Amino acid sequence: MTPLLSVQGIAKRYGAHIGCADVSFDLYPGEVMGIVGESGSGKSTLLNCMAGHLVPDAGQVVFDTRTDGPRDTITMSEPERRMLGRTDWAFVHQHARDGLRMGVSAGGNVGERLMAVGERNYGDIRDKATDWLGRVEIDASRVDDRPTTFSGGMQQRLQIARNLVTGPRLVFMDEPTGGLDVSVQARLLDLLRGLVRDMGLSAIIVTHDLAVVRLLADRLMVMKSGRVVEAGLTDQVLDDPQHAYSQLLVSSVLQV
Amino acid sequence: MIELKDVSKTFTLHNQGSAVIEVISNVSFAVAPGECVALTGASGAGKSTLMRMIYGNYLTQTGEICIDGLNIVQAKPRDIIKLRRDVLGYVSQFLRVVPRVPTLDVVAEPLRALAVPADEAQARAKALLTQLNIPERLWSLSPTTFSGGEQQRVNITRGFAHTYPAMLLDEPTASLDAANREVVLSLIEDAKARGAAIIGIFHDEAARSRVCDREIDVGRFTPGMAA
Repeated sequence: MTPLLSVQGIAKRYGAHIGCADVSFDLYPGEVMGIVGESGSGKSTLLNCMAGHLVPDAGQVVFDTRTDGPRDTITMSEPERRMLGRTDWAFVHQHARDGLRMGVSAGGNVGERLMAVGERNYGDIRDKATDWLGRVEIDASRVDDRPTTFSGGMQQRLQIARNLVTGPRLVFMDEPTGGLDVSVQARLLDLLRGLVRDMGLSAIIVTHDLAVVRLLADRLMVMKSGRVVEAGLTDQVLDDPQHAYSQLLVSSVLQV
Repeated sequence: MIELKDVSKTFTLHNQGSAVIEVISNVSFAVAPGECVALTGASGAGKSTLMRMIYGNYLTQTGEICIDGLNIVQAKPRDIIKLRRDVLGYVSQFLRVVPRVPTLDVVAEPLRALAVPADEAQARAKALLTQLNIPERLWSLSPTTFSGGEQQRVNITRGFAHTYPAMLLDEPTASLDAANREVVLSLIEDAKARGAAIIGIFHDEAARSRVCDREIDVGRFTPGMAA
């Protein structure tokens, strides 16, 4: 089986400082991988390198494209990478405001991605947008409202709808539940898990919340100072961590 | 079906003076299809640890653990995930679920992961929940608010939803009343009859002698605890 995403030796430096170094892994269709570590450990740098938002200093990010099979997305042309970003890839930002157009209606936010892949029929676009608002539990009556009038949790769900409407195969998520209160988090986790299962999505989730990865991720990478210090099955890494830093991370979680 | 060869495990606690704790050394045994083996030994002997190692939840340092031909000590995460989905069931003592998800979906989930159609998976879940006396009015609620015994029963229904060829049962009859204990024991007997290889931990001696064909004293493998 061909991996959906194959990451080889990714490195990114900020001057003398290491952003991330020597990161390699394969992600297969339907797999969810979590990346955890303290702030500054290089999680987001790595995610941005993979998603094409940053150019890594070394390494390959090979994606199994629908038409041409495995391609290195770092060396492909900018238009090709942008097309990938609109079709097979999705990126859910930590702050919904970074991933939404705040001046455009909720329906418009979802519809924009459809138009970017060539949909032109207004009725179809609006129907699909309304359908997706329903799936992320936003009332259809809010379709013409701007996201500025939405709560933080609703904005995050709208961002997810906008990203998933074009049926991507790989979703990058940067702290998708960060900054949300716990009841909204639970709802979002439930939603994400259902979508991953029903759509057969693969996802890479960066977070510092170990409870989130336990529920969502099949596999886990622990990062420290830009390097992966431990990787494996999520429940194995959390229940029997081997590296000193992973042990510290797991034992530092407050029990509720 | 399940085969252990010279399996050993140590915990190294890097943040507590790098203490090294030897938990289990040189365990070897095999469980055939249709056989139920009980792990026995005093509290702290390493029964649950051994069970978690067989599930791949704890990392094994040396030796081989082969389940349905896959050596999980060396296996890649995705092979273990596949093994857990298709072959190896595990009923732990604790229920861990996404908040807000209805009980019926929690129980049907292992089947949904095997691409069983939603209505078929739900029908199976309903039958099992009825069998274990979880009242129908609770099915649409999340099990997070249930009593300890109810949670344990939900956990068991979830573990038995798919007919796994290999199963690990960590105290499946603990905190159950007589009627439900009887149901669980008959579920175990049914699983044996269809050829499942089972490893169980039972503190309930009557239950153990009824369903288990053999006992393995884990204390024998515990460094510093062997007599």
